[in-house]
Amino acid sequence: MTHYPDDPKTLDQLSASGANSDMNRWQLRLYVAGKTAKSVAALENLKRICEHHLPGQYEIEVVDLLVHPQLAKGDQIVAIPTLVRKLPQPIRKVIGDLSNVDRALVGLQLRPAKS
Amino acid sequence: MSVVTRNGSLTGQALAKAPTGIQGLDEITGGGLPRGRPTLVCGAAGCGKTLLAMEFLVRGAIEFDEPGVFMSFEETSEELAQNVASLGFDLEELERERKLVLDYVHIEPSEIEETGEFDLEGMFIRLNHAIDSVGAKRVVLDTIETLFGGFENDIVLRAELRRLFRWLKDRGVTAVITGERGEGTLTRQGIEEYVSDCVILLDHRVNEQLSTRRLRIVKYRGAAHGTNEYPFIIDTAGISVLPITSIGLNHVASEERISTGVERIDAMLGGKGLYRGSTVLISGTAGTGKTSLAANFANASCQRNERCLYLAFEESESQFVRNMGSIGLNLGRWTKNGLLRVSATRPTELGLEGHLTSVHRHVMDFRPRLVVVDPLTNFLKAGRQVEAEAMLARLIDFLKVEQITGVFTSLIHSSGAFEDTEVGVSSLIDVWIMLRDIELGGERNRGMNVLKSRGMAHSNQVREFLLTDHGIELRDVYVGPEGVLTGSMRLAQESREHAAAVTRRQDVERRRRKLERKRETLEAQVALQRAQFEAEAEELNILLKQQELAGDRLELDRKNMAESRKADGGSEYASRAPRNKGSKGERK
Repeated sequence: MTHYPDDPKTLDQLSASGANSDMNRWQLRLYVAGKTAKSVAALENLKRICEHHLPGQYEIEVVDLLVHPQLAKGDQIVAIPTLVRKLPQPIRKVIGDLSNVDRALVGLQLRPAKS
Repeated sequence: MSVVTRNGSLTGQALAKAPTGIQGLDEITGGGLPRGRPTLVCGAAGCGKTLLAMEFLVRGAIEFDEPGVFMSFEETSEELAQNVASLGFDLEELERERKLVLDYVHIEPSEIEETGEFDLEGMFIRLNHAIDSVGAKRVVLDTIETLFGGFENDIVLRAELRRLFRWLKDRGVTAVITGERGEGTLTRQGIEEYVSDCVILLDHRVNEQLSTRRLRIVKYRGAAHGTNEYPFIIDTAGISVLPITSIGLNHVASEERISTGVERIDAMLGGKGLYRGSTVLISGTAGTGKTSLAANFANASCQRNERCLYLAFEESESQFVRNMGSIGLNLGRWTKNGLLRVSATRPTELGLEGHLTSVHRHVMDFRPRLVVVDPLTNFLKAGRQVEAEAMLARLIDFLKVEQITGVFTSLIHSSGAFEDTEVGVSSLIDVWIMLRDIELGGERNRGMNVLKSRGMAHSNQVREFLLTDHGIELRDVYVGPEGVLTGSMRLAQESREHAAAVTRRQDVERRRRKLERKRETLEAQVALQRAQFEAEAEELNILLKQQELAGDRLELDRKNMAESRKADGGSEYASRAPRNKGSKGERK
């Protein structure tokens, strides 16, 4: 177990890759808690959406809060699963297993951009 | 509803309790909140829910060595720390000492899109992590209902809340969950149905521009608890609840007698003064000297080297001290050496329970042996009659239990009956001193009598009550055929009586002298008559002598004549012969 409340190192590592990327670079972080059915479904749905809408310009990190519980505070995670769009700014959050693709696209603001 | 007074040991066995450390709350709940279970604290905005929850955590961390987690859904950690800093709680320090964790859960509905099935595992993980990081025994969730604004799916939310409370129980933490009061329900989202062990309702009412805070235990499963509404206040020392109605009539009555500070009043109270721990009411119309008399009580207490708390609701400390100087009471020296504490507040400054709590605090802090409330009537303006009486009963009970003598002044209106106090307090009072105006002959004077005094023979007489520059003096009033007289009428009557007495004395003197003269006259007359009598007697004597002399001569003459006649003397003359022999001889 790491230190509470935050482990800045881990956060730095997580965001380092997106720090100097351009506007087209999408950095997504999916918070899950263990390998539950919802988590698995969420990750699969996310991958499908990204492949379809953001081919080649996305990056997904999966944070398992059972392993890193201290990370929940940083992104104000309450619900699981939660997808956080770190980049492009501003931060957006989408909760749920992303089975409702339309809502997921609205949440990630992919829909207006696409159409 | 269960009753308050129940055997403490019984409840102790039934349910383990986590003391809150909040003054009064542990008394009502019989030891604290149910240990290892969630408690719901609900109430309208601004009624002190967050503070109660925070005090529960902080006191738990400091006093009972039970670290805590405060999960806030409304205020950031910084805001919370600032809010309670005024109460002397240093949250940052507690966090450094690893006794407290503040976790601010921020939910921004505009940032969140729900896209399918989810749960609140994230919150569980955060909470679990926070609990583990300090080994917390106590948890606060403030206000969890905020979640309902953040998520659309109520069904999931409710299921998750149910799971959360179950989970908290399983973790064995004593939890406090706050909830906003809803219409017709205890909480807006009805979360009371998930929390079944203990529900505390806080209330904040405004009555005639005065706010009163109240606390009530709506439910406390498995334990006896007080069911009343208890007033509480929030001040610089946190929350205090006043469970004083739970005190029964079982205080110990002291046999010790203490002086009132006025010798003649002591004399009127069975000659020895008051019982310690008794309650004195000084009632009277405006300007009859209630404060002055009460100040004497205070002064006497300080002279005995006993601390006195003086609650002034009409005068500031300096004005009070100055004014009492004018009747020869130097109270300044007592305030300087700490024996006298004058607490001057406006009656409207606090609600009833605020006053009561402030008295409570002062008493606990200062430990006086005498408490003066001057005047009670103002004190009681801060609320309605029923509340006022209840509060006064609490105050008196509290003082009695602490063996503190209570002195209350009460203003009564001259129009009403003298015995009619503003508040129906007479039955609570042990000694009732009545000061009254006696208006006679164009002036007002003060009269005083002891209306009642429990447990002692007391004088039933009215005394005239004088405020002089060297203190209070009592005079016997003039009671005579012309009624009760006071002041200058008394003086006039006294001088009239004095004059009458002088006149009577002079009258007697005059009569005595007259009699004396009579006697002298009589004696003179007696002397005169005696003189006359003696003169007469003398005269008679002379006459007798003359007669005798004349008789002798006659006989002599007869003898001579007989001799000259040579006549026989006969027996008559012969027997006399020896007597006259000399003369006979002489005459030979």
